[in-house]
Amino acid sequence: MSGDGAGGAAAGVTRRAVAGVGQRGTMPTYLGMPAFPTAARAAVANSQLRRNLTHATTAIRTKRARAVAELSDWEELRQAAKAIKDHTLAHLDTYLLRLEANVTAAGGHVHWARDAAEANAIVADLVRAAGADKVVKVKSMATQETGLNEALARAEITAVETDLAELIVQLGDDLPSHILVPAIHRNRAEIGELFRRTMPDAPADLTDDPPRLAAAARAHLRHEFLSATVGICGANFAVASTGSIVVVESEGNGRMCLTLPRTLICVAGVEKLLPSWRDLEVFLALLPRSSTAERMNPYTTIFSGVTPGDGPSDFHLVLLDNGRTATLADEVGRQALRCIRCSACLNVCPVYERAGGHAYGSPYPGPIGAILSPQLRGVGSAVDASLPFASSLCGACYEVCPVAINIPEALVYLRAQAVENHKHYSERAIFQLSSYVLRSPGRLRAAQRAASFGRLVVGRKGRIRRLPPPLSGWTDTRDAPAPPPESFRAWWARTRGGAERAGLERADGAERGEPGAEGAGPGSSGAGQ
Amino acid sequence: MRIGLFVTCLTDTLFPDTGKAVVTVLERLGHRVEFPAGQSCCGQMHFNTGYRREALPMARGFAAAFEGYDAIVTPSASCAAMVREYHPVLASGDAALAGRVASVAPRVHDLATFLVNVLGVSDVGAYFPHRVTYHPTCHSLRMMHVGEAPVTLLRAVRGLELVELPDATTCCGFGGTFAVKNPDVSAAMCADKVAAIRQSRAEVVCAGDNSCLMHIGGALSRMRTGVRTMHLAEILAAGGGA
Repeated sequence: MSGDGAGGAAAGVTRRAVAGVGQRGTMPTYLGMPAFPTAARAAVANSQLRRNLTHATTAIRTKRARAVAELSDWEELRQAAKAIKDHTLAHLDTYLLRLEANVTAAGGHVHWARDAAEANAIVADLVRAAGADKVVKVKSMATQETGLNEALARAEITAVETDLAELIVQLGDDLPSHILVPAIHRNRAEIGELFRRTMPDAPADLTDDPPRLAAAARAHLRHEFLSATVGICGANFAVASTGSIVVVESEGNGRMCLTLPRTLICVAGVEKLLPSWRDLEVFLALLPRSSTAERMNPYTTIFSGVTPGDGPSDFHLVLLDNGRTATLADEVGRQALRCIRCSACLNVCPVYERAGGHAYGSPYPGPIGAILSPQLRGVGSAVDASLPFASSLCGACYEVCPVAINIPEALVYLRAQAVENHKHYSERAIFQLSSYVLRSPGRLRAAQRAASFGRLVVGRKGRIRRLPPPLSGWTDTRDAPAPPPESFRAWWARTRGGAERAGLERADGAERGEPGAEGAGPGSSGAGQ
Repeated sequence: MRIGLFVTCLTDTLFPDTGKAVVTVLERLGHRVEFPAGQSCCGQMHFNTGYRREALPMARGFAAAFEGYDAIVTPSASCAAMVREYHPVLASGDAALAGRVASVAPRVHDLATFLVNVLGVSDVGAYFPHRVTYHPTCHSLRMMHVGEAPVTLLRAVRGLELVELPDATTCCGFGGTFAVKNPDVSAAMCADKVAAIRQSRAEVVCAGDNSCLMHIGGALSRMRTGVRTMHLAEILAAGGGA
């Protein structure tokens, strides 16, 4: 960490601001996941999971649309949020140092973590220094990303998740499948069974009635809140001008963790920064409506360092890079760092709704995960290399994103990178050959003629019922159309003849003359009329 | 106005009737349509699958073939969006090409918005006495922002009963190579779309893109539902101006 606070281009500056930047991060829990299509196959075949996901995402996306429609200036808010985040990311060095100075001035301590392992080690050391072997946790994506709970377990420290859904995931030795609702893949019958089986103080006659399930969790957690001496949280926002941490939640369990323990440790990604409270206002309007479809969330806790006699007396902020500055260096990919983890994109995504969160092999599932995980972790693993392709590019995610991340644009960009990095020779050959044919009107016409003859073999009755791999993925469930006897191009040449026909032949001639010059062939043909 | 038809490689090769229908509709409205023979493919499949180097010659070919037209009309909102949004990206490393793309791309229109927003027509004189539902394809909705244009055109077709499609704006699961790379999720999405179509009790499902219709139609045919797919242009061309 140098003291260099000068402004300038985002990537270069932050390279000075955070030591060891530019390297990819890690998310230890999820290594070894199969590629997305393989994992999704099992999810698609699980009718209970499909039903749970459809029920939950349909309800929340309908409510979100209603909550957003109440604001006449939603689009302006969205553009403001985008501009604030882009400005902050471009001057991350300035604001990070300002945050550090103000947290320190308010009596807190700031730590810098290059990657997940460093962050986890810092936290484990702090917990040990506090003399604790147990911590209570606020729901936090950053600590899911670093695999903190597993790292603490290796250091013989017990981490207790206190967010109800995270608790369900933890008790079930499960993985979260949604950013906001990590147990979205579970219904109440499954949760009732889980509580009876794993919660030591669950009432023997516990049913799957939601109020009774919540009461059982409440009684279970109350004991943990009162006995814990260390709390761990993430941050929704970190306000540089005052060194304030903002935690937005629904249950109030977070506030218990933020106020009762003596020591509080916050793990926050470096992109969580906002310059000032004026900027915060915009995000506090966007986030609840986008995530829980509420006008305002029930609990917003904001604190700056420590205050004697009020809340924790020892506060530590761990600022996490874990691949973020490497992402920031990428002109197209960096927009993913605007994400405020609202999960609106998951709730509208038709792929997420059917594949579920686990198939994405990351604490960040859905469309945002498909662009964030491969950037934070790199595309070295099977699942990360497959994630940019886990989308039909329908664009519903971009439409709802409160910080206007153009996810389809980022996906096709990351696909190009994946194609460069992973040499699928057979696929590349197919695309090179098809490009060679499709770029040339003459070759396309020849291919169409061949296809028209081929239809006599493969497409009786105008339908093809079986194609060889990889196209069998299509014909396993769908017929394919057989080529017609005559292409449009051939029909035009036959019926409109004359000038157009001459144009066609000129195009062919140019093509023959310069087979390699892609621009010249069609260019010399012009309109031909 | 000099109108060039960009028929698209898919419609050219597999659905020539759609191309003929576009010509019929525009000529019925008194316009002359030209088919620049130098055209081939917009390169969307290559670009969206990550093969940008292979897509570049097609962006180059497109700009060359359609230079000099006032309006370039296509029966595919998806291909129109590819030219408008991503040909500039492909051309960004080549100043001369970037200039040609910048001049040609904004003149590309999908058929529905061209008729309604550019020509100011809503009744094209069609007659099609069938129960029809309309599937708004993702790229028409979210990239080309066609809005109500297709529905405006369908409402003016004589004899046509337009019925609502439940969850209309949900993707059918085609997504180009997505349908092949992620066949299970794609098929699950398509199954839900087919269920919605059957729920609508339509005889015909129509859309502004043959790629999505090929996907939906493939499933409707495999399941022997008896529901037909038709491109919007073919419905608008039906009835011979009755």
